[in-house]
Amino acid sequence: MTSTTIAGHAVEVNAEGFFDEPGQWSEDMVPELARAEGIDPLSDRHWQVIRFMRAEYEAKGTGPTVRVLGKTSGVSVKELYQLFPKGPAKVAAKIAGIPKPRGCI
Amino acid sequence: MAQRILILGGGTGGTLVANRLRHRFPPAQAEITVVDQDDAHVYQPGLLFVPFGLARAEDIVRPRGRQLDSTIEVVISPIDRVDIETNRVHLANEVILDYDVLVVATGAVLVPEETEGLLGTGWMKTAFTFYNLEGASGLADALAAFDGGRLVVNVVDMPIKCPVAPLEFCFLADWYFRERGIRDRVELIYATPLDGAFTKPAAAKALAGLLEEKGVELVTEFNTGEVDEEAGKLVAYDGREVAFDLAVVVPLHGGAPYVNRSPGLGDELNFVPTDDHTLQSRVRPNIFVIGDAANVPASKAGSVTHFEGEVVVENVARFMKGEALDASYDGHANCFIETGFHKALLIDFNYETEPLPGHFPSRVGVPLLQESRLNHLGKLMFQWFYWHVLLPGRDIPGIGSAMPLAGKKKEGVAP
Repeated sequence: MTSTTIAGHAVEVNAEGFFDEPGQWSEDMVPELARAEGIDPLSDRHWQVIRFMRAEYEAKGTGPTVRVLGKTSGVSVKELYQLFPKGPAKVAAKIAGIPKPRGCI
Repeated sequence: MAQRILILGGGTGGTLVANRLRHRFPPAQAEITVVDQDDAHVYQPGLLFVPFGLARAEDIVRPRGRQLDSTIEVVISPIDRVDIETNRVHLANEVILDYDVLVVATGAVLVPEETEGLLGTGWMKTAFTFYNLEGASGLADALAAFDGGRLVVNVVDMPIKCPVAPLEFCFLADWYFRERGIRDRVELIYATPLDGAFTKPAAAKALAGLLEEKGVELVTEFNTGEVDEEAGKLVAYDGREVAFDLAVVVPLHGGAPYVNRSPGLGDELNFVPTDDHTLQSRVRPNIFVIGDAANVPASKAGSVTHFEGEVVVENVARFMKGEALDASYDGHANCFIETGFHKALLIDFNYETEPLPGHFPSRVGVPLLQESRLNHLGKLMFQWFYWHVLLPGRDIPGIGSAMPLAGKKKEGVAP
């Protein structure tokens, strides 16, 4: 666990940069979090995915996988990779301040 | 009056739960009915061996009804939909079955059509899957005719049944081409969406080591977006490409299609939302789920289904008597990983504990996370256990539902 400051707020993140406490997240942190992932500027489509991730997490307690995002977010898997080239579910989860999506095994 | 228990699916989970429930409840107490779309029960672990000529398709299939107690009714028909509001199942043959308790055991299906190009001109010619009988048999012919080039094994995305099977395929392919004396003419590549050979760290390390030892190239975080069979290449969403002469693809999986036609029963991938520990569905208290059909974060594997069986049966019994559920499944999974040259290794793990080295089931037992001939024999012997012990619902002495910790070595700690 590491303490860091994002958009003037003190937050706790884990070794991979995911929020330890999703409750510490607020929307004004999104541009700075996105820049750290190399995404600048943020388009409406980025925002659509980030808000969707957040809502899914709040409803279900876990972030969706890329495949589920492609089926439910209104953004295709292909476009998701264009928006978040380094891995849509992981990167969008990090920017949305939620834990890394639970991998299936 | 007898309660009506309806079990959808007559595979591993449906069969063992039906038989175990019959041991608990005589026919006067419970009518038990099993529905399946066909009468072919496939021993799915056997599919791995078919492409290498180590098993024949007809040797791993038996009729479903014969695996079930004679007092269990078997209905062969596709399922149209489940109406969870009225406790009814509508079959494709227009029969309607009412239930008091429903057990969903319809497993996972392959959805190759969800990957662009996979069902194209090269399907069953240069691109195969070994995850069904037809593909495994077709691949046997293709491998026999293969005399050199790039063989790529690819997992499109998780979840898949038996996540170690594609690795086992790589190990056996190495053995197979060595036996044929052409290993130097074959490049073996394993392309996976995971960030390592496997999900759990200790096992991922051991398995990556084995891939390296056997000369299999590991390509990680490869998310297949398209299979271009004309050009002979896999294309990832991030633009990376892997060329192949022969592709062995594990397609995307989903729950059975009727789940999608049953309002409120399934999630986005047609798996049924299920409590990780009680195995009661989250959609209705009188619906329980076993095996690959459930969305629990355990491997989609026969051993998981086997260990879940005890818990499902206990909780169905408690539910029928109006008692609180408390039987608890811990995510226990146990897999023999065939590594070629008559050897195998064994992994044993659950929701909380990753596969560790040591011995199973206790300090005296077969080695864990280490290749041995004994484990290979265990894997071969398992087919007999499957038909004669596991499906009839008998207990395997010394091997229970809960994962054993005795015999496992935590890092730096003696067992």
